[in-house]
Amino acid sequence: MTLGDTVSTPAIQVERVTKSYGEGAQAVTALEAIDLEIEDNEFFTLLGPSGCGKTTLLRCIAGFEGLSSGRIRLFGEEIDELPPNRRPVNTVFQQYALFPHMSVADNVSFGLRMLKRPPGEIGEVVDRMLNLVHMAHLADRKPTQLSGGQQQRVALARALATQPKVLLLDEPLSALDLKLRQRMRVELKQLQEETGITFIFVTHDQEEALTMSDRIAVMSDGRLQQIGSPHEIYERPVNHFVADFIGETNFLNARVSAVERGRATCRTSSGAEVEAEAVGGCRAGDEVSLSVRPEKIRVLPIGEAQGGSLKGEIERLIYLGTDTHCQVRLEGGLTFLVRVQNAHGVQVRVEPGDAVALAFDAGAARMLVD
Amino acid sequence: MGVIAAEAGAPAAASPRERRAARRRALLLAPALLAIGVFLVLPLGIVLVYSFLTPGTYGGVVWEPSFDAYVQFLFERDIFDETLVFSTAYLEIYSRSFLQALCATALCFVIGFPTAYFIATRPAHQRNMWVFLVTVPYWVNLLIRTIAMLFLIRNEGPLNHFLITMGLIDAPLRIAYTNIGVGIGLVYSYLPFMVLPIYATIEKLDFGLVEAAYDLHADRWTVLRKIILPLSLPGIVAGSLLVFIPSLGAFIAPDLLGGGKQLMIGNLIALQFQGSRNWPFGSAAAVILMTVVLIALMFYIRQQTRSRVAVH
Repeated sequence: MTLGDTVSTPAIQVERVTKSYGEGAQAVTALEAIDLEIEDNEFFTLLGPSGCGKTTLLRCIAGFEGLSSGRIRLFGEEIDELPPNRRPVNTVFQQYALFPHMSVADNVSFGLRMLKRPPGEIGEVVDRMLNLVHMAHLADRKPTQLSGGQQQRVALARALATQPKVLLLDEPLSALDLKLRQRMRVELKQLQEETGITFIFVTHDQEEALTMSDRIAVMSDGRLQQIGSPHEIYERPVNHFVADFIGETNFLNARVSAVERGRATCRTSSGAEVEAEAVGGCRAGDEVSLSVRPEKIRVLPIGEAQGGSLKGEIERLIYLGTDTHCQVRLEGGLTFLVRVQNAHGVQVRVEPGDAVALAFDAGAARMLVD
Repeated sequence: MGVIAAEAGAPAAASPRERRAARRRALLLAPALLAIGVFLVLPLGIVLVYSFLTPGTYGGVVWEPSFDAYVQFLFERDIFDETLVFSTAYLEIYSRSFLQALCATALCFVIGFPTAYFIATRPAHQRNMWVFLVTVPYWVNLLIRTIAMLFLIRNEGPLNHFLITMGLIDAPLRIAYTNIGVGIGLVYSYLPFMVLPIYATIEKLDFGLVEAAYDLHADRWTVLRKIILPLSLPGIVAGSLLVFIPSLGAFIAPDLLGGGKQLMIGNLIALQFQGSRNWPFGSAAAVILMTVVLIALMFYIRQQTRSRVAVH
């Protein structure tokens, strides 16, 4: 860092962190050379399928797992040697892990009592935290007498009470039903903004990640796949895995026929031409993979098609309320999914069996590096 | 209307189907009730009745009602003028036994809790082996194990031999035939009864709670005190009862390791049926012991229910 640099220190710096279990031939690598920086006040999400290493990384930050190699810094300070109880981070656990033999208030005050704060301060903070999560009226209850959503709130209040520098959340919404989950997403985001604490949120639910996060790190097989804002991750996935894992998409194989001013013209085996931003230094003649989101495609009767567009036949129409899904069998044998919004009534003018052409805008197709 | 009438009539005149069900239930319960009756209630009844009879000259009882056994427990009859003098001899035996049992229970807890914790925190496939190892001594008869213990701790035994050879002591430690010897015997006899119930509760303990406590800045000692101990309390209570009650009435350990010098309740009772040939007094001593234990248990259970009610 140079003199006069006004960039604040990141809340968390993960440097070449590797974690493996077992030894020799049976060694399993849970994290492989993870590098990332999480800014102060950021709502940062680790997203990936189960077994991708996201929870392991969270537990490494919390101190429950030691690193095989690499370093973790908290506001510039190395914390690898500190046991969990001496790290100024707190965790909201997946199953909440509320102490069953203590009342709600005692659960929330636990961390403060451990830090030996004066009783007056403890009482005041507990009241404030319980009000923050709308649980003040249930302060004397035992955790077993609370609903899942209420337990969730107590777990949040308990973890926030000691005012950690970073709050770690391990799939905290996964045990809630859908409606409650949706409401808690908004509440969590609000809470993060109100408290100004850095949140690191682990989830396998892409919708959760997209709605709450400032930035998302997509993980798979112990590696980072992509880091970016929800918009970037969704609109500009870098590889096959990210495109597939976030939202729905259609894949298309094509050969680059020309690259001009950063844009590549790609030709499919059936002769259709698709334009996409050229990535990874691709050149004419390269085989590439393209991703096209279903909502960015328009289905046109074959008569309205322009030259070079993808052509196919409607296989099935599925009415889903908000939209209609069209399954289109392309000439090359692939099946494409097209989503048509029903905002103004059912707008699909085609029937199963009709020959159709698929049209999309210049930016819709995304070239993937693998 | 017909349905209501049928429902209203149900308790008064049970339908044939309900009566059949009730008969079947009674039939299924019969073997268990019979076993409990014959092997539990009947012997206790005999003990209770005998305690109110007169001793026979060569053992056994004479069918003549008498409270003498209970009077003898608290009073001494003067051999000359037959007046009753309050005597604490038997109360001392009882209080000594209580103290001994209490110490044995405490020691069992101190040894048993870490053992149970150790087993419960092993990988799942190893736990059964450890539990098995804890119970291995139970494949050998208690009498033989106690005699083996006597050989270990007596003045010329390997323990003293080892300590003297190591130069730690000059003269053998007197452990056998003392209260300490009896305590060691009791702990050795009943330790698994402490380990197993505690193991069962710790094994079910959610270690996520332990992590949560660490996460909230608790150190190891605090985690043990505030999380693990309170949550394994049911196992600790069960284990303590399982050790305390048999220790209180123990017979073999005090007899062999205490050399019968320090009388315990168990020895006192045994003596009445053997040397003293005073069956009613032996029975009364047993009844008194049982009553004290039952009252203590009832008190405990009442307090448990009350604290559970207070939670809700």
